Amino acid sequence: MLAPVRHILPVTTIRRERLLPIQGKISVRKGQKVSATDTVAEASLSPAHLLLDLSRGLGLPPEKTDQHIQCKAGDSVDAGDILAGPVGLARRVVRAPKKARVVVAGGGQVLLEVQNKPFELKAALPGMVMDLIPERGVVIETTGALIQGVWGNGGIGFGLMLVLAKTPNHVLTRDQLEVSYRGSVILAGHCAEEDVIKMAGELPLRGLILASMAPSVIPVAEKSPVPVMVLEGFGQRPMNTAAFNLLTTNEQREVAINAEPWDPYTGTRPEVIIPLPAPGDTQQSKDVQVLEPGKQVYILRAPHAGKVGRLLSAGGMKTFPSGVRALSALVRFDDGTEALVPAANLEIIQ
Amino acid sequence: MLVIDVGAVSTRAMLFDVVDGRYRFLAVGSAPSTDAAPFYDVGEGVQRAIENLQEITGRVIIDENERLIIPATRDGRGVDTFAATISAGPPLKVVAVGLLEDVSLESTRRLAKTTYTGVIETISLNDRRKSDARIDSILRLRPDLILVAGGTDGGASQSVLKLLEAVGLACYLTADEQKPEVIYAGNQELTEEVRSSLTGFASLHFAPNIRPTLEMENLDAAQTVVAEASARVRARQIAGVRNLDEWAGGGLLPTASAFGRLIRFLSRAYDSPKGVLGVDVGASATTIAAAFHGDLTLGVYPEYGLGRGLPGLLEDARLEEIAQWLPQNVPLEDIHDYIYNKSLFPGTLPATKEELAIEQALARQVMRCGLRRAAGGFPASVSRRGLLPPMEPILASGSVLTHAPTLGSCLMMMLDGLQPVGVTTMVLDQNHLAAALGAAAAINPILSVQVLDSSTFVYLGTVISPVGNARPGTPILRLRMVQSNGNETTIDIKYGTLEAIPLPLGQSARVHLQPFHRFDVGMGGPGRSGSLVVHGGALGVVIDARGRPLRMPKDVGRRQEAMQKWLWTLGG
Repeated sequence: MLAPVRHILPVTTIRRERLLPIQGKISVRKGQKVSATDTVAEASLSPAHLLLDLSRGLGLPPEKTDQHIQCKAGDSVDAGDILAGPVGLARRVVRAPKKARVVVAGGGQVLLEVQNKPFELKAALPGMVMDLIPERGVVIETTGALIQGVWGNGGIGFGLMLVLAKTPNHVLTRDQLEVSYRGSVILAGHCAEEDVIKMAGELPLRGLILASMAPSVIPVAEKSPVPVMVLEGFGQRPMNTAAFNLLTTNEQREVAINAEPWDPYTGTRPEVIIPLPAPGDTQQSKDVQVLEPGKQVYILRAPHAGKVGRLLSAGGMKTFPSGVRALSALVRFDDGTEALVPAANLEIIQ
Repeated sequence: MLVIDVGAVSTRAMLFDVVDGRYRFLAVGSAPSTDAAPFYDVGEGVQRAIENLQEITGRVIIDENERLIIPATRDGRGVDTFAATISAGPPLKVVAVGLLEDVSLESTRRLAKTTYTGVIETISLNDRRKSDARIDSILRLRPDLILVAGGTDGGASQSVLKLLEAVGLACYLTADEQKPEVIYAGNQELTEEVRSSLTGFASLHFAPNIRPTLEMENLDAAQTVVAEASARVRARQIAGVRNLDEWAGGGLLPTASAFGRLIRFLSRAYDSPKGVLGVDVGASATTIAAAFHGDLTLGVYPEYGLGRGLPGLLEDARLEEIAQWLPQNVPLEDIHDYIYNKSLFPGTLPATKEELAIEQALARQVMRCGLRRAAGGFPASVSRRGLLPPMEPILASGSVLTHAPTLGSCLMMMLDGLQPVGVTTMVLDQNHLAAALGAAAAINPILSVQVLDSSTFVYLGTVISPVGNARPGTPILRLRMVQSNGNETTIDIKYGTLEAIPLPLGQSARVHLQPFHRFDVGMGGPGRSGSLVVHGGALGVVIDARGRPLRMPKDVGRRQEAMQKWLWTLGG
């Protein structure tokens, strides 16, 4: 049986495609080194257009207006440039209200595209540009630690990681955030207060990595300019031991936080990348693997939600205390206890 | 015949063939769906599901080159016909365009909800924005589908064409590979002008006017055009879908459309004054399909699916409304957490009693919300304020129902979620075949009819739900049941109770109903008595006298006691 994989790796090769959602312009070259917050491509995702009624402006019916149009598709115009006219004794004209590009002119109208701030696609990880995908994006590669999460507010950041979570069960409150943390990426446990997110934005932090979060905080987190990501899920959940150990041992290192939302259709998932030199030949880990004995697994649902263990055996169909009958798996935890769980409730950790 | 369904969580391969001269459902193979990461190709899941089916049946269906063997060979390999349905994929982004907010735009929104969509923007005359702002909005949102309606036939024209101006220019400015599908279903007299203004700028399709007069809404034909457009969008979005559509001879259907097709077929076949209701509570969406005299009302609500879209339920239901269905005291925060965690991991299962209770409470609530939305499209002649119109049969599908620990708990969810009135029969699509039979009907209608007639669906039983008001404990109905073997049972039903009288499958009985206090049991009006023949089912004859609309006890202790008692009545 195949199971999804959550990557929590101390050192691996990380290769990511960074793509624009529409065609745009690539602003880096192959072989270039980039940092997580560098812009690698741009596109006009929020275009601004003006549709001018030339007929009305000139006081003519549409069929008589076109002969007075003074621009054509593709022309760049400055504010004040004449687009149509002059017409009549009053020498009526229609002028461009802003600097723009003519998209189409005719039928008594002209459509202008106004320059708008383009969307900037960030690298999201520090590394080297390995490949260019024409008009769409780049492939970036690096080596280092990789810790994947489950939720992010879309922000991207890079900075020194400070660990407030001294235990996996840590709870973050506003009073724990000090001014001296400004500019850093904070690792913490559970957050249930909107004020924490607001304070993170006021300092500001460069990123906030949480073990878990109350769903009531989502609206504020989504609006925050600080990249916020959640490792485990919603409700009070301790950080899983694999992520806790890996992240806390890397305190005071520079980390990249890519808090892009988990999108199964593009493959993007919120993740923390800690650039580290590779000790030798490291390979990319696969995103799906066979559930087999010996694999390290993570339990997604109660009654052992958030626990990490080793798969002892993939069993047959079993009826669970809920009464639901499903394929089962026997897992041994670090404390030596064992539990039978639905195989569908497992992720492989690798 | 082989039918493949690609769901959000599972891909299933269903095999049908002739046994003893009649079509029968033989077996199903399944595998996790692979539309999303890390495969991004439905073909992988389809392959594994077929391989699973081959292991179960011992029948070879795909050859060494992983191609479907069609038609079947003399030595029994392959299949003669193939159909496919799909519900996997993110909801399609739709821009709805109509003239008036509460006329054509409302109908356009309902048309959008006949498949897996989210309406991300609306444009109408009431919209104060100028054309350029509308253009920019469409460009920013990058919709998959633009639905345009407006103007009765022979009615408004200039206003419709003005609305189309922004659509046309936005499509002109969109890169070829991202151009949306545009469906025009407005004033038919404008067809040629619409064609000349949009051809070349968008993938343009036409459907009959969904609002031919102010009083009439007709979504039927347009629904089919929308279903075909959504299949085309999926083929562009997800690898492997085009191949699946080719195997199906271009007939790939959204699962909900195929499900609706079956419900419509049943409505025509039964030819009854009652409607036929189908409910599918899936991971992608909750689908409500109601047909009256062969006219289908279809509502597909991804925001009510028990998967990635589940947080959308909270736009229409408070946590307290969900909590009312729980037999124990669960903090509202826990329900909130559950909803968001389930949306992160849609393929996971409830292993504890507490989590199962929350999941089943959510199933009830999504059915309530889905019915509330769908009821807006029911014919005015059958609409009853706050109550479901008389329906028979009621067919239910979806893993939360079919994998319920007991049939009794499944029927409880259906009764609480749907709250039928009068007399109805409840049927469970145990093998998730309803959509497959709807898809098969286009190719081999006899197969669909014969499989429906077989015992593939679980007949849960007849449910009698009196409607009226009384104090709890008041006798409101006398029921006398005379079985075919002569056994007679008489029982007085009290208001507020749930009762079940055993009547096994294969047996029938005549039931005489005598309501008191002007309760309506569906015999022609309040207080009217009558008799009918009922057939045996897994849970017999169930009398749900808990009231309509159902009001659950607010006190947690009383609610727990009541729910346990009701469940025990239905066999646990």
